[in-house]
Amino acid sequence: MNWLTNFVPPKIRALVRKADVPDNLWHKCPACGQMLFHRELEANLHVCHHCGHHLRIGARRRFAMLFDDATYHEIELPKTAADPLKFRDVKRYSDRLREAQGRHQADDAIKVAHGRLGGASAVVACFEFDFMGGSMGVAVGEALVAAARLAVLQQAPLVVVPASGGARMQEGILSLMQMARTTIAIEEVRAAGLPYLVVLADPTTGGVTASFAMLGDITVAEPGAVIGFAGARVIEETIREKLPEGFQRAEYLLEHGMVDMVVPRRELRQTLIRILDLLHRRQPPAEVLPPQPVLVGKEPAMPALPAAEDHPPER
Amino acid sequence: MRSFLDFEQPIAELESKIEELRHLPGAADINIADEVSKLQAKAERLLRQTYAKLTPWQKVLVARHPDRPHLTDYLAGLITDFTPLAGDRTFAEDRAIIGGLGRFRDTPVMVLGQEKGADTESRVRHNFGMAKPEGYRKARRLMELADRFGLPILTMVDTAGAYPGIGAEERGQAEAIARAIEAGLAVGVPFVSVIIGEGGSGGAIALATANRVLMLEHAVYSVISPEGCASILWRSGEHAQQAAEALKLTAQDLLRLGVADTIIPEPLGGAHRDHAATVATVGDAIASAFSSLAGMDGATLRLQRREKFLAIGQNGA
Repeated sequence: MNWLTNFVPPKIRALVRKADVPDNLWHKCPACGQMLFHRELEANLHVCHHCGHHLRIGARRRFAMLFDDATYHEIELPKTAADPLKFRDVKRYSDRLREAQGRHQADDAIKVAHGRLGGASAVVACFEFDFMGGSMGVAVGEALVAAARLAVLQQAPLVVVPASGGARMQEGILSLMQMARTTIAIEEVRAAGLPYLVVLADPTTGGVTASFAMLGDITVAEPGAVIGFAGARVIEETIREKLPEGFQRAEYLLEHGMVDMVVPRRELRQTLIRILDLLHRRQPPAEVLPPQPVLVGKEPAMPALPAAEDHPPER
Repeated sequence: MRSFLDFEQPIAELESKIEELRHLPGAADINIADEVSKLQAKAERLLRQTYAKLTPWQKVLVARHPDRPHLTDYLAGLITDFTPLAGDRTFAEDRAIIGGLGRFRDTPVMVLGQEKGADTESRVRHNFGMAKPEGYRKARRLMELADRFGLPILTMVDTAGAYPGIGAEERGQAEAIARAIEAGLAVGVPFVSVIIGEGGSGGAIALATANRVLMLEHAVYSVISPEGCASILWRSGEHAQQAAEALKLTAQDLLRLGVADTIIPEPLGGAHRDHAATVATVGDAIASAFSSLAGMDGATLRLQRREKFLAIGQNGA
């Protein structure tokens, strides 16, 4: 706003309104600083085509990338008590929450959808890092319980893509309890003999890492993602040393045996499909799959296989 | 020498005055004895008043009190035939977590928990009660061992949190905690946990996914330390007192929220003033928690635990 905008009559202002042009045509790569054109960025799945940096993406974009034909159904998540502790720091938590809800048009930091992944049903839960740092409170925990139960109901694998700073402080002990509650949720998926895959996205830290995110049957990480328990600053302050290069990055975790693989976003969908085909669906390779989905309800895809081997024991 | 917390200063002054009078040459004098008993009554009244309305922040200080009874005190007082077991079978023995077999009131149990240490040497040996992945992996191993042999599990939680360090991260601190939580939820034996001092975040819940969670009257249990919370949300650690209020971390808050099942009263002036009495009361509370679980089979115990945790935060409390 300047004197001119005040001066120009509303009709004319409407004519020259900026909103006619999206203001985010260009993005700056947070890693290399190069400017990225939005269309190219979109086509490249939000991976910088200069340095390969994987930019953070929201849940819906993630769903569209993962599900067959970018088609999925988002489920309505259980309503939970907002601000159970009546928490207040310099601001009320209820105000922070409302603000985030308004800005993101979302209830909380997670979305859950089901659809087809490689021709068969899958349930995917994705964190929204932009929503209060993807922090996990009661609503997120409840959403994961709902996702797990939907997977069991559909006899479908569960894929979770965390991107979270950890527990939501403003829900105090109740957010800590989500570590137990989400562990119970994925245990239900396991008990049903269904695979539970985790795709660790940037960043995954704190109580999220120290619960369901590190309990995947198979754990995939996105390149360069920060994954850890304690924050880098806390560690530096505790040990009073500089942290090693690449500390808590996906590749570092791979090196230390904490994840199964680091998979570029472009290969993520195919990798998940291949894993699920091999692990669970006992199907021929995805390429020769008929276009129509073959898994219907509880019917095994290949009835020739003995049922006892369908779901190998967990441990 | 008793150490006093800042807010206990008026009590400290009275008590030192009493000591002084007692050591006067004519201490047997009727007037002095009279004065001493008057002062004692006053000191007790003051102590009672102070401890009846501790603020959340003061409770944090009491929970961290250096003289507070620690795991080893409870082991000595409550567990016979204690047979410590060491190591995670993968990397190391982590002395921040002590665990082993023993008898609680004649019944064989698996008992484990964090030990903060009582003097400089033991604090260093136990890494101030801050466990590394090895500690949580040992905890998981012991819980699974207990499960296999049908031994009830008793844990005592007292930690500022899991240790934040390079090695701990490299060896999978997060995974180790997650597996300990998973193991605690999966066991088919009675599982009782007591928060005896500080229940610090993930490092605490790793040992506390129990059928019954008991808390000492002035113990605290929180997702983050008040200092940590203040430095993030208020951008200054100086607001720790306000953070302690906001976090609802006292035993009384947690009972209301359904996180703690029972509050164990502490002796007047806090557990650190009377170890023997504290240990005895905690023993009785543990015994009644276990007896409330008697007769439940493995499946029922697992179900009870899951339902208890799933119910937390569901009533809009």
